[in-house]
Amino acid sequence: MIWLDTFVQGLMLGALYALFAAGLSLVFGIMRLVNLAHGDLIILAAYLILGIATATGFNPVLAAVLALPLMFALGWVLQTGLFNRVLGEDILPPLLVTFGLSVVIQNGLLQAFTADSRKLAIGPIEGHSLDLGLVTVGVMPLITLVSAVLVVLLLNWLFYHTALGRAFRATSDDAITVQLMGVRPRSVFAIATGIALVVATIAALFLGARVNFDPSIGPARLLYAFEAVIIGGLGSLWGTLAGGLVIGVAQAFGAAINPEWQILAGHIAFVVVLLIRPRGLFPRMQD
Amino acid sequence: MRNGITLFITLVALALLVCVPMLGSRAMVQDLFTVLCLLVLALNWNMLAGFAGLVSVGQQAFVGIGAYTMFAAVILWQVDPLIGVLLGGVTAMLLSIPAAFFSFRLNGAYFAIGTWVLADIARLAFGQWKALGGGTGTSLPKGTTKQMFGVDLVKDMLGVSSAAAADALLYWLALALVVIMLVASWLFLRSRMGLGLQAVRDNVQAARAVGVDPVRLKALVFLLAAFGTGLCGGLLFIQITRVTPDAAFSVIDWTAFVIFIVVIGGIGTLPGPVVGVVVFYILERALSDYGTLYLMALGLLGIVIMLFARRGLWGTFVQRTGLDVLPLSHAAPKPGATN
Repeated sequence: MIWLDTFVQGLMLGALYALFAAGLSLVFGIMRLVNLAHGDLIILAAYLILGIATATGFNPVLAAVLALPLMFALGWVLQTGLFNRVLGEDILPPLLVTFGLSVVIQNGLLQAFTADSRKLAIGPIEGHSLDLGLVTVGVMPLITLVSAVLVVLLLNWLFYHTALGRAFRATSDDAITVQLMGVRPRSVFAIATGIALVVATIAALFLGARVNFDPSIGPARLLYAFEAVIIGGLGSLWGTLAGGLVIGVAQAFGAAINPEWQILAGHIAFVVVLLIRPRGLFPRMQD
Repeated sequence: MRNGITLFITLVALALLVCVPMLGSRAMVQDLFTVLCLLVLALNWNMLAGFAGLVSVGQQAFVGIGAYTMFAAVILWQVDPLIGVLLGGVTAMLLSIPAAFFSFRLNGAYFAIGTWVLADIARLAFGQWKALGGGTGTSLPKGTTKQMFGVDLVKDMLGVSSAAAADALLYWLALALVVIMLVASWLFLRSRMGLGLQAVRDNVQAARAVGVDPVRLKALVFLLAAFGTGLCGGLLFIQITRVTPDAAFSVIDWTAFVIFIVVIGGIGTLPGPVVGVVVFYILERALSDYGTLYLMALGLLGIVIMLFARRGLWGTFVQRTGLDVLPLSHAAPKPGATN
């Protein structure tokens, strides 16, 4: 039964990674932008939630709701002012710009909030657990898992059943031709990055409620998120969810054998999946 | 004529750098040693990203492997640290073969992430090496550097303490590595293979059409860069004298800084990293007291360069003035000449 328990814990951890990865996957699928600052933007969102909660006295969940439009605006501004200028055939400029941004955000947070670790106090629900017969699960991790599935469902609905989603898909397929149909790729990209940061804010809430965070932990989360995106397959949001769960379960089993092997096990799962399926588990498009 | 002047300036600068241990303080020698090592790393990364189109975020793997091999050579096999450095380079190159086998399946941005994951695997795996202290790392045995091959010679020559002689020796080795890297890169890029590499970078289809094999060339550069990076890692950690997985495989110290140096100086040019490392050194001197602000300034500078002067300081200078000190292009064939 211990193995089943480990497996379920892994799924819950993986759901958090899937939330980190969903925004990344969306942006990557639409404009092939590898955002190396995504991890630090999640941490920035966590500090924003903390700041709003401290200033207003609201519960972090409510503070996160207030943070959503702010993060959307930040994404829109970043895309319009920065990323749109460097997108193109050459992958190096966007990579380096987001890398620079990552360093700026990380050290800016360090300057403003020091290296002390913080946590978002959600309330008594953090301690509650649910007996599901075979295994007992924490209520918060379970909510994280449900949220991850909901976010992917919602993004998929947006992608395949709305006019905006149609613009996303069309721009992803051919950014030149869509302009003939009256779609501006640049504003489509700006909305996409805004949505990605909205998802990042949701991820930040669950991250901050689950573990302590400090300004330096962004890059490691980014790495897990990227692993999830890549083994999930380019452009598939369900693939990204599956990828996150694979990394989470691998890490949980690694940690169960030896705590030092947690991260290593996740990385090895990533390498093994790519050796067997170079294009990921559920590749949607060619690239 | 212009080439003569360039050569003269280069030789004078080189002579000055060689004389630093005789004229400057020990702190200065140690400082410049680190700068020279960063330059070696930058020259290697520039070959990868600037010429072979392999944007790796995992070069810290080879710094760490070089460092750990050197430590293993000294502590476990009682070998001279300098031989350890050489072994470090060779080990890094050997381990780059499986790394290439995996990461070459990934393209562009995926390659960057893939190499980063591999480097993290290396960090975690070397942290399991209990004989070298596991996760907490280990130090070089006391006096190792003083007994290093060649230290006595330098000591007699300069008339200084063993410790200062060891610093001078390491400094000269780093300087030699820089010169070798620069000359070797120039010869390689001017060779048939280098020409093929630049052709691949500019247009893969066209290069293939004239018979260039992109994968073979890129794999060669990847292996050689791993060798150079591994050597540099071993050398660096003789001076640092203490190795931990987090320090030896630090993505910030051995890859992020190096990327900024190359980008600021001018990616895809040979003098670019040299210019970049000078700017980096000046910035560090001026701002290092401010810690986080210094890093933010570096990040901002990288962003600004990418937005407004994508070729970096050197590339922009060449574009504006037409003065190219180390031209890589070949002269066009003379009209009427037959092959």
